[in-house]
Amino acid sequence: MSARGKVRALPKRRENLLMGYFFISPWLLGFIGLTLIPILSIFYLGFTSYDIFSAPQFLGLQNFKKMFTDDPRYAQSVGATLYFAFVSVPLKLFFALAVAMLLNTKHRFIGVYRAWFYAPSILGTSVAVAVMWREIFGSDGLINTFLSALGYDVQIAWLGDPTFAIWTLILLVVWQFGSPMLIFLAGLKQIPKELYECSYIDGASWWRRFVCITLPMLSPVVFFNLIMQMIFQLTVFTQPFIVTQGGPMGTTNFYALYLYRRAFESFQMGYGAAMAIILVLAVAAFTGIIFKSGTFWVHYETKEGR
Amino acid sequence: MNPLRKTIGSLAFHLLVAGIGLVMIYPILWLAASSFKSETEIWRTVSSLIPQEFTLKHYSNGWKGFGGITFTTFYKNSLIYAGIGTLAAVATSAFVAFGFARIPFAGKRFWFTGMLITLMLPVQIQVIPQYIFFTQLGWVNTFYPLLLPRFLGQAGQAFFIFMMVQFIRTIPYELDEAAVMDGVGRIGIFSRIILPLIKPALVTSGIFSFYWTWADFLTPLIYLNSPELYTVSVALRTFADPSGTTDWGAIFAMSFLSLVPVLIVFFLFQRHIVEGISTTGLKG
Repeated sequence: MSARGKVRALPKRRENLLMGYFFISPWLLGFIGLTLIPILSIFYLGFTSYDIFSAPQFLGLQNFKKMFTDDPRYAQSVGATLYFAFVSVPLKLFFALAVAMLLNTKHRFIGVYRAWFYAPSILGTSVAVAVMWREIFGSDGLINTFLSALGYDVQIAWLGDPTFAIWTLILLVVWQFGSPMLIFLAGLKQIPKELYECSYIDGASWWRRFVCITLPMLSPVVFFNLIMQMIFQLTVFTQPFIVTQGGPMGTTNFYALYLYRRAFESFQMGYGAAMAIILVLAVAAFTGIIFKSGTFWVHYETKEGR
Repeated sequence: MNPLRKTIGSLAFHLLVAGIGLVMIYPILWLAASSFKSETEIWRTVSSLIPQEFTLKHYSNGWKGFGGITFTTFYKNSLIYAGIGTLAAVATSAFVAFGFARIPFAGKRFWFTGMLITLMLPVQIQVIPQYIFFTQLGWVNTFYPLLLPRFLGQAGQAFFIFMMVQFIRTIPYELDEAAVMDGVGRIGIFSRIILPLIKPALVTSGIFSFYWTWADFLTPLIYLNSPELYTVSVALRTFADPSGTTDWGAIFAMSFLSLVPVLIVFFLFQRHIVEGISTTGLKG
């Protein structure tokens, strides 16, 4: 009874305020100290030269000037990253949706297949998988062995070839289509069956059903997957670091990898911070464009108010 | 429908799906098979999944590690990181989620929106200032920079908090009110009523937290400099350095071994994982 008395003694609103902040305090502390202040400080660091051992020196816009006019590796890195993201994201989402639609049928063992397709994704960005991928595309690796068994004795050095190396990484990312697949599958299950039943009566073709019912109903899920995958692929790190080490000739020296090398291998923290500013602005711009364009193609069920 | 046509259709479906599935998991099976093949066999019978001569030698060789440090140390370090990190992440997330889901307070909407925005922030934006901060604290080459963000709800935990908030919102308020009548305070409501009821969300968060910390590469790479502190992922990178060792069998063995805990957790908690991703879009 005494505890109840105490709760009553405090005015409800003040008690709520105190308890609310008490419960969110661990996160709030981390958010301010480890996220907010770092983000703000990067907008200072990016304008300095800083090697962590001596005090940062203010440079003005020099880092950015160098980046855009006097650093060919930066330009190459941006190009490679955009190429990688713009090829891998649509491919990955295409496979994810195709397989999700295959699995959204009434057959036996669907659960087993679902787990099966998801397995490569759960191994995810681990170093072990990247090491495995490197050996698969090695000159004696699995791919060349299969090709020669099929009669193409080509012996291509996939990872040493400036054209092919980036594609081994694209394949690696596309191979891990499991999580967007599961999200698509959940979305497909939400589409009311009646919509399809009507279309059967109207005699609509498979393609028409797909374009007129499935895609619009699924568009919020496509939207979500597109944004998340775009962010992941623009910042991919472990795979190029292990599989190709950014090579050959910088063709897979993706943005996050180049940033890491500048900041943590050459200890150019200022330059790295400037790169991070551009990265976050780019991610914000892409997300903004997708959000804005969403009003044209994302269909929300108004009744459910999603 | 014609039963024969139906059977053929279903057969075609299973052939197609199982075929795609086989291509999907072939690389992993190949990695596992290669780790059991003898040295001469690894690059000679590349496409075969069955070792002609089964050997465990690569595992005992690989376990010796490098520089006099064995994989016992690396696994111990990974377990410290993944174990403490996961416990901290789940506990903090549940605590914070309760605040967001159950207590009306000024500024709640603002902070919750801020948290959701962090879901889309690339780590690259925080990593440099955090490194400078932890260097000034003298924490480089310790586990603190890896663990602290997990006690404070950072490092991707917004996903967990969000999922738990959604989960808590489905629990009827009457339970809280009944507890208040019995003189139970907020902390009691959280620990005795809400916590037991959100067990599925706790398990899902725990699994994903384990995956992320186990596979995490960038953070240990940046903060852990001495090999005695390496986690398995960083150790594997050094161990499998193409310019260093050429003991492929051992590289395959240690790579496959590092995936085994992940695969075990996957098969044990498959349903939780599928539900976690399907409902909140957690990254895998």
